[in-house]
Amino acid sequence: MLPFNFEYYRPSSINEAVELFEKLDQDGKKPIYLSGGTEITTLGRLNQIFTKAVIDVKGIPECNALDFKQNSVVVGAAHTLTQVWESKILPLLGEACVKIGDRTSRNQITLGGNLASQIIYREAVLPLLLSNSTFVVAGIDGIHQISVHKIFKEKLLLKRGEFLVQIKVNGKYRNKPFFIEKKRKSERVDYPLITIETLKIDRSIRLAISGLCAFPFRSYEMEKELNKTGISLEERIDKAVLRIPAPVISDIRGTSEYRIFVLRNTLLDALIDLEGVR
Amino acid sequence: MNDELTLDINGEQRVATVRMADTLLDVLREKLDLTGAKRGCENGDCGSCTVLADGLPVKSCMMLAVDAIGKKLTTIEGLHDDPMQHAFIEKWAFQCGYCTSGFILNARALVNQYPDATDEIMEEWLSSNICRCTSYQEIREAVKSVLKEQRFNVGRPRSRNKR
Repeated sequence: MLPFNFEYYRPSSINEAVELFEKLDQDGKKPIYLSGGTEITTLGRLNQIFTKAVIDVKGIPECNALDFKQNSVVVGAAHTLTQVWESKILPLLGEACVKIGDRTSRNQITLGGNLASQIIYREAVLPLLLSNSTFVVAGIDGIHQISVHKIFKEKLLLKRGEFLVQIKVNGKYRNKPFFIEKKRKSERVDYPLITIETLKIDRSIRLAISGLCAFPFRSYEMEKELNKTGISLEERIDKAVLRIPAPVISDIRGTSEYRIFVLRNTLLDALIDLEGVR
Repeated sequence: MNDELTLDINGEQRVATVRMADTLLDVLREKLDLTGAKRGCENGDCGSCTVLADGLPVKSCMMLAVDAIGKKLTTIEGLHDDPMQHAFIEKWAFQCGYCTSGFILNARALVNQYPDATDEIMEEWLSSNICRCTSYQEIREAVKSVLKEQRFNVGRPRSRNKR
């Protein structure tokens, strides 16, 4: 049982939602947006989230968009991870979603909820970093579109009162070869030891990782090393590992040394898969 | 501040006075005396509180009751003489029984949605629930027996009484 109560609002338009937020914020109710509601129920119980008012965005039509037209894939932030996967609208995103949590939880966790999560892994962002996606964000100043690389730096950087409405991805990424692997400590369901997703565009490899450092990232430096052909796969991986952008996590799921060991092997699998060598 | 809400549970309209912050699990157990959904981890990990919402399994500890308005909810109390219940008994698919209602509802949804479920799909679905008595093998056998029976019944021509 949550140790605090709140008011609940379910607006049916973007304008209604942002205006509600403004009003509730001015009234000192520390409003938050929610869609799946899994984080407020679990973290709220531990007093890690507190609010006097929640604004549920599931009733907003734009948050429920799921479309492929004019060579652009649009996925509303209120779709559950199960819905994103089952839609098959963007396989490299669907395959990332289906590795998060467990099957039942994915019926509740939404795409927007995972991207805006307080929990560090936010694995749904990996394919969105690789595909240079665009985030559609709404706030009191209106609706604007912004590159994932500007709005997602370690975490989703929303201004107060803003919420994520949709993500947009160029349709060309629907059919590009990719490789995704989530390594867990031992269980079938767990947070990642590491999750890596790689995407092949023409002859070059893009790389994004979650679980290795304290935030998910795409590393151009690591990509640069991985794409230096003419040397062995192992040498390319050795050089890429030297370019990891932040300290490697060492925790109960694995030491930093073990994570790097797993990373090397998983990168090798990825390169063999995407380059068709060995 | 409490509000009255109406939920569609096991085919009945049930009215409860709740806090907006109450989870579906809180309301089922504390307001509506539907205690089949069990309070376990309350963190979405164990699955003992699983119920069906519009036919899909959800963890009621992670769902606000207010969010369940308009959904057709099924709790274990809503299953009567269900083949999955019989299979769990016949295959000894439980020991202490605390996780059983969650497993049965999850498995019920699985066979409804995937009548041709492979072992891989079954493993994926059942991984959402934890059995501390480790009856996993017996649970798999129970689910498989229902899948098998269901396929047999679908494939079999309906018998007609010839008088």
